[in-house]
Amino acid sequence: MTPLLQVESLSKFYGNHLGCGEVNFTLWPGEVMGIVGESGSGKSTLLNCLAGHMAPDTGRVIFDTRTNGPRDTVTMTESERRWLARTDWAFVHQNPRDGLRMNVSAGGNVGDRLMAVGARHYGDIRRQAQDWLGRVEIDQARIDDRPRAFSGGMQQRLQIARNLVTGPRLVFMDEPTGGLDVSVQARLLDLLRGLVRRLGLSAVVVTHDLAVVRLLADRVMVMKDGRVVEQGLTDQVLDDPQHAYTQLLVSSVLQV
Amino acid sequence: MTDYNFAYLDEATKRMLRRAILKAVAIPGYQVPFSSREMPMPYGWGTGGVQVTAACLVPEDTLKVIDQGADDTTNAVSIRKFFARVAGVETTEATARASVIQTRHRIPETPLTEGQILVFQVPIPEPLRFLEPRETETRTMHALEDYGLMHVRLYEDIAKHGEIARAYAYPVRVEGRYIMDPSPIPKFDNPKLDNSPALQLFGAGRECRIYALPPYTRVESLDFEDYPFTASKAAGQVCAICGAEDSYLDEVITDDAGGRMFVCSDTDYCATRVAAQAEDAA
Repeated sequence: MTPLLQVESLSKFYGNHLGCGEVNFTLWPGEVMGIVGESGSGKSTLLNCLAGHMAPDTGRVIFDTRTNGPRDTVTMTESERRWLARTDWAFVHQNPRDGLRMNVSAGGNVGDRLMAVGARHYGDIRRQAQDWLGRVEIDQARIDDRPRAFSGGMQQRLQIARNLVTGPRLVFMDEPTGGLDVSVQARLLDLLRGLVRRLGLSAVVVTHDLAVVRLLADRVMVMKDGRVVEQGLTDQVLDDPQHAYTQLLVSSVLQV
Repeated sequence: MTDYNFAYLDEATKRMLRRAILKAVAIPGYQVPFSSREMPMPYGWGTGGVQVTAACLVPEDTLKVIDQGADDTTNAVSIRKFFARVAGVETTEATARASVIQTRHRIPETPLTEGQILVFQVPIPEPLRFLEPRETETRTMHALEDYGLMHVRLYEDIAKHGEIARAYAYPVRVEGRYIMDPSPIPKFDNPKLDNSPALQLFGAGRECRIYALPPYTRVESLDFEDYPFTASKAAGQVCAICGAEDSYLDEVITDDAGGRMFVCSDTDYCATRVAAQAEDAA
């Protein structure tokens, strides 16, 4: 089996300051990788380098494309990267406002990616949009409402629908539950877990919330000051942390 | 003649404009930047079109200028007089006689022929402008053919109004590549852009862009398979003066009591038909 994503000694510097350094990992099809660490540990930098939003200074990010096999996304052309970004990849932002078109209706938001890859039949686009609104538990009667009229949790679910409609194989999530209250978080996690498992998606989830990792991720990578300090199976890392920082992180979780 | 150089602009400026025009013709639908000059008229009055016309004119040319289809409106009259004075070229109101036609918001009803040049005045050349505010991003989108957003707008129209509500400046795709704003012509005129035997040039003075459709270029209006493009006009009306059924009509309010009439927007076309009818009757 070919790995879906292979990251080799990826580094990104901001001037002299290290964003993330010497990151290596392999993501297999159907696997969910969690990246945890405190603010400023380089999680988001890493994710942006993986998703092609930012160019890393060194290293390779090899993605197993549908048609051409494994390709280095760092050296491929911008148009190829954009094509991947609207077909095989999905990116769920922490703030749904960054990932949605706020002045376009919910249906238009979901149809956006379909039209970007060449769908030109209004009826079909609308049917698919309706179907996906249903799957993320948004009332289908609200298809023509703008995201402004939605609650935070609904906006986040709409963002997920908009990303998954083209059947991506790899989803990047940046703090998908940040900014939501706990009960809404729980529902969203439930939904995400269901979708990821049912569709057999691979995902890279960046979060500072260990509960999210516990629920979603198969494997976890712990980052500190731009370096990966520990990685392994989620339960193993969380139940038996080896590195001092991971131990600190795990013990800082509030028990209710 | 006057003390001005032929067609107002100096030769170096015309050369710069011609280079931009040649590039635009070589890449149909692509917006070529040029260093737009200050013209003796305000922006929005056709400074781009005037510069393109000035670069194209030769002393043997016959010039026609229309504004909303009419030869006798302020903008048309002033630009025609301007070139009559600074270039000394012959002017005409007859579409068939003109070799260069500068236009604002219309394409003449009389079919254009090979050898004619149609110059459009363009206020906003960027079809993606109100969808994506960043110029750097719109250029990237053009370069990468990342045009999904354009259809999102059409989708929104259908979702909201039940049809594509855009009635003018209706976006087109040129030779299956660039998406282009055809300037604010009514969508009734869009089919005339396609496969036209005339050279069509677009000048945007304030925005410093020139783009072009060489003769016989494929131009498709964007649409959905189940909501196809229609070249609409005032439904069920005919011209009150010449009786034409196939021309684009202006609605003219005639009194304060709700009286109105529909007349051809192309004054030359209307007058020609009236003259022919008078001849037939005689």
